[in-house]
Amino acid sequence: MILEIEHGALGFGDRTLWHDLNLRVEPGEFLAVLGPNGSGKTSLLRTILGMQRLDAGSARLLGEPIRGGDRRIGYVPQQKILPPGTPLRGRDLVALGVDGHRFGLPVSRAADRARAAELIAEVGATGYADRPIGRLSGGEQQRLRVAQALAGDPVLLLCDEPLLSLDLQNQRGVAELLDRRRREHDTAVVFVTHDVNPVLGLVDRVLYLANGRFREGTPDEVLRSDVLSDLYGTPVDVIRTGGRVVVVGGLEHAHHAEVAP
Amino acid sequence: MIPVIVAGPLDDLWDQMFSFENYGRLLALVQNSILAAAILGIVGGLIGVFVMQRDMAFAVHGISELSFAGAAGALLFGANVVAGSLVGSLIAAALIGLLGARARDRNSIIGVLMPFGLGLGILFLALYPGRSGNKFGLLTGQIIAVDFDQLGLLIGIAVFVLAVLLVIWRPLAFDSVDPEVAQARGVPTRTVSLLFMLLLGLTVAVSVQIIGALLVLALLVTPAAAALRVSSSPLVVPLLSMGFGLVSAVGGILLALGGSLPISPYITTISFAIYLVCRVIERAQRGRATRRKVATA
Repeated sequence: MILEIEHGALGFGDRTLWHDLNLRVEPGEFLAVLGPNGSGKTSLLRTILGMQRLDAGSARLLGEPIRGGDRRIGYVPQQKILPPGTPLRGRDLVALGVDGHRFGLPVSRAADRARAAELIAEVGATGYADRPIGRLSGGEQQRLRVAQALAGDPVLLLCDEPLLSLDLQNQRGVAELLDRRRREHDTAVVFVTHDVNPVLGLVDRVLYLANGRFREGTPDEVLRSDVLSDLYGTPVDVIRTGGRVVVVGGLEHAHHAEVAP
Repeated sequence: MIPVIVAGPLDDLWDQMFSFENYGRLLALVQNSILAAAILGIVGGLIGVFVMQRDMAFAVHGISELSFAGAAGALLFGANVVAGSLVGSLIAAALIGLLGARARDRNSIIGVLMPFGLGLGILFLALYPGRSGNKFGLLTGQIIAVDFDQLGLLIGIAVFVLAVLLVIWRPLAFDSVDPEVAQARGVPTRTVSLLFMLLLGLTVAVSVQIIGALLVLALLVTPAAAALRVSSSPLVVPLLSMGFGLVSAVGGILLALGGSLPISPYITTISFAIYLVCRVIERAQRGRATRRKVATA
């Protein structure tokens, strides 16, 4: 058992994001966390990262209570482009994952440099690792962020919309990196997204948050018209077409819905 | 005829700006000031790299105005001016650090603090009965007028900042690039940020003494901004920035020494010229890179 949340509840003021949440994530499992904006997906990640405390219930990593800054968790943040003025090359961004938490004179050790090079090779970024980070494309930056997240040899990878604003080819490339990592190292992946389609083939289970409630199960169990209609409390259509899932609802909080062109 | 008419006033101006009579003797008198300026140039250039990355140029300006108020208050009440300047800067840095975690909050807090500080400083100066040279010096720099003991204090502070900055370098760099990930990776981001504000406050207080409250940015922002134009290497940028700061600060004093004008304009002009040159170099680099791309395509 990598991650275990029991009777978890979280809210802001008098608004409950979710309550009585029970979640278990096994080694090598790929869990997609879905739901509309404001349903508490990112707050769930922040809870697992120890940046936010549960209002009730418990959260454990490998059987121990969650604490902040746990280096056994790798974190791939929402894709935000680093500006051209950033004084870093690709290699340096990855190196921050290896020794960026360490105080002391900023002289890097040979072993750390080698580790960074190894991580860069692992995500196939060797070709552009020495270019200024601000001049790299979104896809290239995101591969480097995955490399950075793998620096601590994590047992759990938390990804917050890591594919946002990437083109299809790069979406596939980054998703494959995550998938390879969990197959080869049994790393569990918790993947927050508003669009499950780029990773639909990889997902073992889905946690769908909406309306202060949730459903959990395999994609086939959760991504169904009757289940989501019940969750949203209004009619929702789930259409499966050409290997894609499209959630269509004539309601405002399903604005994550995406109609295939 | 014409050259003679023009040459008269121009010669005067030239003599006012540059004069190298008795240069050796003058140099011996101000060698401690030059040392202080050199160290400040280096520290300013180094911390400037983070000022740029953390988007804090406006914060530097805000801190310097409160530092000015503190120094002016000390002048009025007969206290140590450097100490007054330190108190002002540290209060401002702490307020900005504690209340302005997000960029938007920060800018509004600075916008509120800055005119208050400047106004307070002007009030203190207006009440101050002493020489007006002292008054103007706080706004536009007075390094030569700083006495020996205080120079020692300034140098000590600058060396302290340099040492702490090197020790927190990596976590600070991580926090500057991506605070969320840094926190997730175990960097005590809040402590690091507050420590950085403390160092910034100290650096600004020293700069106010040397270059003046209004011109602090010339040593804390311009060198780093120039360095970032020509490199992205995490090693080359700080080295260049320190070099630019050093050349501006020391070059400014050396050029100003013989003339009768204040030092600050020399420092700001050198630092601005370096920035312009770096922009030109950047253009040339870009042009070359584009041509290479076209050639290989």
